[in-house]
Amino acid sequence: MSNNRLASPGELEKLRAAILSRRNPNRRVVTVCSGTGCQSYGAKVVFQKFAAKVRSQGLEGKVEVKATGCHGFCEKGVVVIILPEEICYLSVKPDDVSEIVSRTLGKKEIIERLLYTDPNTGKKKAKESDIPFYNNQNRIIFGNNKYIDPKNIEDYISLGGYGALSRALSEMTPEQVLEEVKRANLRGRGGGGFPTGMKWEETRNAPGEPKYVIVNCDEGDPGAYMDRSLMEGNPHSVIEGLVTGAYAIGSHDGFIYVRQEYPLACENVEIALKQAEEYGLMGGNILGLGFNFKVKVHRGAGAFVSGESSALMSAIEGKVGEPGLKYIHTAIQGVKDKPTCLCNVETWANIPFIINRGADWFNSIGTEGNKGTKIFSLVGKVNNTGLVEVPMGMTLKQIIYDIGGGIRDGKKFKGVQTGGPSGGIIPEKYLDTPVDFDQLTKLGSMMGSGGMVVMDEDTCMVDMARYFIEFCCGESCGKCIPCREGLRMLREILTDICQGRGQEGDIEEIEDIAEVMKEASLCALGQTAANPVLTTLKYFREEYEAHINEKRCPAKVCKDLINFYIDPEKCQACIICLKNCPVEAINGGKDLVHWIDQEKCTRCGTCFEVCPPRFSAVIRSSGEPVPPPPPEGTRVVRKKGG
Amino acid sequence: MEKLLTLEIDKRQVRVREGMTVLEAAREADIEIPTLCYHEKLKPYGVCRICSVEVEKEGHVRIVASCGYPVGEGLIIRTHSPRIDRIRKGIIELMAPAVMIDGDVAGEIKKLAEEYGADVHRFESRYRVTPSRCILCGICVRYCDEVAGAHAIGFVGRGIDRRVVFFPEEARACITCGACAELCPVSKIAAETDFVVFDGFTVDDWLTRKS
Repeated sequence: MSNNRLASPGELEKLRAAILSRRNPNRRVVTVCSGTGCQSYGAKVVFQKFAAKVRSQGLEGKVEVKATGCHGFCEKGVVVIILPEEICYLSVKPDDVSEIVSRTLGKKEIIERLLYTDPNTGKKKAKESDIPFYNNQNRIIFGNNKYIDPKNIEDYISLGGYGALSRALSEMTPEQVLEEVKRANLRGRGGGGFPTGMKWEETRNAPGEPKYVIVNCDEGDPGAYMDRSLMEGNPHSVIEGLVTGAYAIGSHDGFIYVRQEYPLACENVEIALKQAEEYGLMGGNILGLGFNFKVKVHRGAGAFVSGESSALMSAIEGKVGEPGLKYIHTAIQGVKDKPTCLCNVETWANIPFIINRGADWFNSIGTEGNKGTKIFSLVGKVNNTGLVEVPMGMTLKQIIYDIGGGIRDGKKFKGVQTGGPSGGIIPEKYLDTPVDFDQLTKLGSMMGSGGMVVMDEDTCMVDMARYFIEFCCGESCGKCIPCREGLRMLREILTDICQGRGQEGDIEEIEDIAEVMKEASLCALGQTAANPVLTTLKYFREEYEAHINEKRCPAKVCKDLINFYIDPEKCQACIICLKNCPVEAINGGKDLVHWIDQEKCTRCGTCFEVCPPRFSAVIRSSGEPVPPPPPEGTRVVRKKGG
Repeated sequence: MEKLLTLEIDKRQVRVREGMTVLEAAREADIEIPTLCYHEKLKPYGVCRICSVEVEKEGHVRIVASCGYPVGEGLIIRTHSPRIDRIRKGIIELMAPAVMIDGDVAGEIKKLAEEYGADVHRFESRYRVTPSRCILCGICVRYCDEVAGAHAIGFVGRGIDRRVVFFPEEARACITCGACAELCPVSKIAAETDFVVFDGFTVDDWLTRKS
């Protein structure tokens, strides 16, 4: 037996005290966000450079360098925070490291260039808590990420980690734990929003042994990565929640289902489990309190549909991850037909907070029927993309504008897709809607697991609906007829519309198919797969009509419905477009007005993009005839000073 | 002693054993519910959705696949209603292009199309892949698995690309019992036992290729 093993709650507290006392209170910590987003910006190199610099300057005793999980502000990676001052440096490059070490760590100077600049006032913000992206959030579940090296259990323990489990096992009966979670009104964060306490109770009361508990980390919505970052950044919080829940439910066997495409999450959770076992927080006789619990990590082979609970359980059994008939809840008959309680990563991560701070505290956050916070993955055409955690009930506008900093490049907001492929696209007039399970469902969308894709005026809603249907065509299991054949037909109809073959009656056809899918599909994926189409039809119907009736794409996106031509008055014959056209469709030459051969043009848009903004001579049009090319040999009218 | 439950199917009171499905209960009471993927020797699969019925429980109505939905005390079942008929019509129209041969559907699907007034040509012009002639009911796969115990055939692919094939490693396990061919509701699988074909391959093809 390892000598790190904690044999009682008292020993856990002793260890906590020892970890804290070992730490030099004057020590400074450089935390380098090493979530997947920042890693793609080179976080590993930044971290290594920091470590090497600190060593070479002999600062080891005074400065600790830490690779942590995701801080959320992925737009501005690599994010580096210097504690205790909480100086927040954004977009840090490996080349900035020497300067940070010598100036900020050495002379306590702040490097202005690396600070956040308020786009409205131009003022610099030194602290993380001064940045609107952060200070409009309420980071409870996600907030500890920046203090924790996910590969080191002692970091988690130093912040009070495993205190909730210790308390539950030593001071509470399973019934009391269950009661606390029920009273907290926590609802499942995976998208369904089913009351977690009720789910636990159903499994607890179901006959049959063993009972299983499962962490669902098969997140697959396009653009969503909340669960991933939580699993990567703070795996112990999920594990602590899971073991606490298992105690309440009466389960001794668990599974953590992580998709294989999340290598860092797989790695960190395996390390975390090993460490938890070493410290006596997992396995037999946890904390010497007689509760046994073991858990297996199941790496999913990456099918979106495997996130559906019965499909996930089927995959755990070694079968193909496909949904089955669920008329008897999986809570009663799940893995190997035994009672199984499956909850999402974020749901489990909420549990330690509820046990530590109590149901009343939890109920003080959020709105009626929707308590606590929710983590959203805010992506798309918004200025500050990243992961945000807000109390339930914050409005879409606050999330997109106050936290997200509004739409990129001064463009106009058009819609926000919430809830992934099962959700819908919400238009501007509903931006004041509070975000929670119930309100977004009323709009025909859903909150889902927290995906939020912001779209600007350059987005074609028909094309977007087609994209989501295409996604489901490949990601549905294909088992039941309404979903499989319904998706196939929706895809064909939407493709026809986008390619200018739309006909009168297509909209009604779509609505008919969507109804059959919704009513008759086997699982929730099929029942909701048409939502992106139905919401865009509801809120952007005129776009469908323009495509069908006028063969016009109002957002000028659908290739078959748009044209590019060059305005002879504006063209300065700079030859840039001519050189860049991949199909040599542009005619003209030095001093000769350029024009596009419509027969050759593939509408790739390169000319439109490369034409210098001061000329803006390339015009993108839809639904109107292209003017004839200028007579051969037309010479350029030079702009003054041009 | 088995527990008996009382429920209502199409306004008739029926007493059935606990543990039965709604479909079984209805059949016992001589109430016909159409099915395409149901087989009495196989576990309920619930994918054709043709057997969808309305179930009313404590005032709440939902659509369920009767082949898998367990009977319960006091349930009110409607095997026909405008809503159910619309769903069945829609499902037949959606599946029809895949099983169209020489401009028409055949067998059970034709019968159902007539009964529910389904236009089997409704989506034909937009069906742009070669008709597979298979509705993926999985009776062949499940029979081979659950009854024959050969596990020689299975599904591959996902979503709209799902299809039935011989499992390359298991094809030689085929015991040429011919059950798959016999049970196929759309007669995709030729009836002669030595001519079982999946995805263009016969057992013989696999054996030759392997040797």
